[in-house]
Amino acid sequence: MSAPNTPDEPPHATRLREQFRPAILCVLVLTILAGCVFPVVLFAIARPLFPRQANGRLVTRGGTVVGSALIGQEFTRPEYFHSRPSAAGNGYDATSSGGTNLGPNNPKLTSGAADFPGIRQLAREYREGNGLAPDAPVPIDAVTRSASGLDPDITPENAELQIPRVARARGLSEDAVRRLVAGHTQGPQFGFLGSPRVNVLELNLALDEMR
Amino acid sequence: MTSARLLEYFVFLALVVALARPVGLYLARVCQRERTFLDPLLRPLESVLYRILGVHPEQEMTAGVYSFCFLLFGVGCALFLFLILMLQRWLPGGPADSYLTTPMTPDLAANTAVSFATTTTWQAYGGENTLRYLAQVIGLVAQGFLAGAAGLAAGFAFMRGIARERSSTIGNFWVDLVRSLLYVLLPLTLIGSLILVWQGVPLNLAPYTIAHTLEGKTQIIAQGPVAALEFIKNLGTNGGGFFNANGAHPYANPTPFTNFLGMLAIAVLPASLMITLGHITRRPRAGWVLLMVMVALFVLGLAVCDRAETAPPPQLAGLHITGGNMEGKEVRFGLGSSILTAIVTSNGSTGSYNSMYDSYQPIGLLALVIFLLLGEVVFGGLGAGVYSMVMAALVGVFLGGLMVGRTPEYLGKKIGFAETRWIALYALLTPVVVLALTAIAVLANAGRAGLVTNSGPHGFTEILFAYASSMANNGQAMAGLNANSGFYNITTAIAMLAGRFGLAVLALALAGCFAAQRRLPATAGTLPNDTPTFGALVFGTILLGGALCFLPALALGPIVEFLRH
Repeated sequence: MSAPNTPDEPPHATRLREQFRPAILCVLVLTILAGCVFPVVLFAIARPLFPRQANGRLVTRGGTVVGSALIGQEFTRPEYFHSRPSAAGNGYDATSSGGTNLGPNNPKLTSGAADFPGIRQLAREYREGNGLAPDAPVPIDAVTRSASGLDPDITPENAELQIPRVARARGLSEDAVRRLVAGHTQGPQFGFLGSPRVNVLELNLALDEMR
Repeated sequence: MTSARLLEYFVFLALVVALARPVGLYLARVCQRERTFLDPLLRPLESVLYRILGVHPEQEMTAGVYSFCFLLFGVGCALFLFLILMLQRWLPGGPADSYLTTPMTPDLAANTAVSFATTTTWQAYGGENTLRYLAQVIGLVAQGFLAGAAGLAAGFAFMRGIARERSSTIGNFWVDLVRSLLYVLLPLTLIGSLILVWQGVPLNLAPYTIAHTLEGKTQIIAQGPVAALEFIKNLGTNGGGFFNANGAHPYANPTPFTNFLGMLAIAVLPASLMITLGHITRRPRAGWVLLMVMVALFVLGLAVCDRAETAPPPQLAGLHITGGNMEGKEVRFGLGSSILTAIVTSNGSTGSYNSMYDSYQPIGLLALVIFLLLGEVVFGGLGAGVYSMVMAALVGVFLGGLMVGRTPEYLGKKIGFAETRWIALYALLTPVVVLALTAIAVLANAGRAGLVTNSGPHGFTEILFAYASSMANNGQAMAGLNANSGFYNITTAIAMLAGRFGLAVLALALAGCFAAQRRLPATAGTLPNDTPTFGALVFGTILLGGALCFLPALALGPIVEFLRH
């Protein structure tokens, strides 16, 4: 088993052949520990404690699942706040997350290509859709695609510019919509983590409830 | 906004530095088999495991045997994972076959197996359309722990080599592996994963949800046991996520807090290991000096990247668009949490990005590529980061010794001919592998065929980035490169193996040399290793050495892209 040792040294392994058995057993046994026992323990503790989160924070209305509070979805109608443009599949495809991966100097990103509106076009459409002047400033999140393509949030600046359109389409006062947006605006988490944001699906659900 | 961003950077670094001492001392106890507060709970389990595994914990190993076990275990893990991936179609449970659109070809399975067994977790596939839930859990979650623990074990052995005197051995790999798993990774991951579920990371085996959106469209939402993978991927410095968009996916990383916690999981253990090193070699100040070098490099990279990404993108000048570069970034993270994460993951040998690097400005990207190329000296991979940084320091010692004519010594160990040979081979391996593979890819049609999204200098950067990331066992990608081809699956796997086993074997060989020496007392003739001056020397050596190796390649990529536009 062990090599003959000098008196002041602990026993030590010399034959490499002896290491195959622990190697194979470690791969198998530790995989069971980390890949089976650990997940089972985690499931057993976490699911009863946080059932809603564990199931993906699904949102139901009238018995049907309308989406997940964490996963963005596409909105095109004027009476809803619009999410950011998306590069996931054909837009907000939650089985195919991803960004454009276009380099900042790639002409396709700004000028677009067939079936791919560039930032220039997105900005023009955003201004037209929201009744803004052709040179009105547009917040950058409204005309860029997120990393996941499933960004559930927009910036408060983006939401603010959409308020008049939504209010007009719903026959509501801008102030009423603005109050609702303010109620759905989250600041940085714990005051310093991340950026201020508005969850688009939750805001639109709240809008529908106002009727 | 600026102030919130800077506050987040500051709090992050302050926490990493504040936790370094307590965590580092705990890791020293795990490394030296001393009593910890978890012993009453874990010691019985540890003994049972040794019996089941056929491990004799009192047996010691020479550096050669230790390296052999590290290698054997890594190869065993890769083979086992390869089998699981190839057989995944027979695994029960979701998701339905119709969603799994990327076929698990043998070359993709081999690449993924090598990738996860080496903590690289480079992903040439998208999780939600390639893998079954059970393959993700039994295959990838388990590897997150096992590969992470093996890395920590190698780090322990390396430090022991420096700490021991006149010893022919550097520890027992199987003991280090089991102790890393039981005393470090499992308990922390259990707590961390629970926090993730609380914050909204799903944990289920449900079929993909079919939702009917407010506008009457159908949206299919990928589900799964996401939380089981997402914490250990960071703590084990693996980085491969459950979904294609990795840390950007709102299910993988739902809130700025989950993101911040993930960044701490990446950085705290590797940073603390510097304190462990100082403690077990009885030169605590030397450990702090290396940690401060890390922090200084980190701040430099963060400042460069922050400046490039928060400025309004010059490409959009005149379009009346306000704000910094948000292409490929998520609103909940904004610019600050995205940039901080990019710098942490590029350093921490962990590819769990939360923004898309292809869409970074050339100079922002430059900062990230440089950190990959420097070999993950800042924090670095779990365990591997120790020898990355010490090797850089040793080059510094050697240069410093040459400059002032003093005996090159580090922490009381002489750097003679044998030691210098291992250090030189270590320092050369990364540039040789990365530059050679990049050159081959640029010359080969199969390599250029990967450039499906971008071309020109940006495309060159994508290729350089892929090999730098594989060699550094980082795994993050500029995803515009189509890397799921026979050519990239094989060449990136070569880089991953060289980065994991090549570097570890050289580092452990050096540790063996050091262990055999006795510790020399510091004399007037030694260059002190625990002063700010020494820190500055190491800082300069890292930057200068990096520049000498990689400036030409960087000039063809991000630098020329910046100058041309």
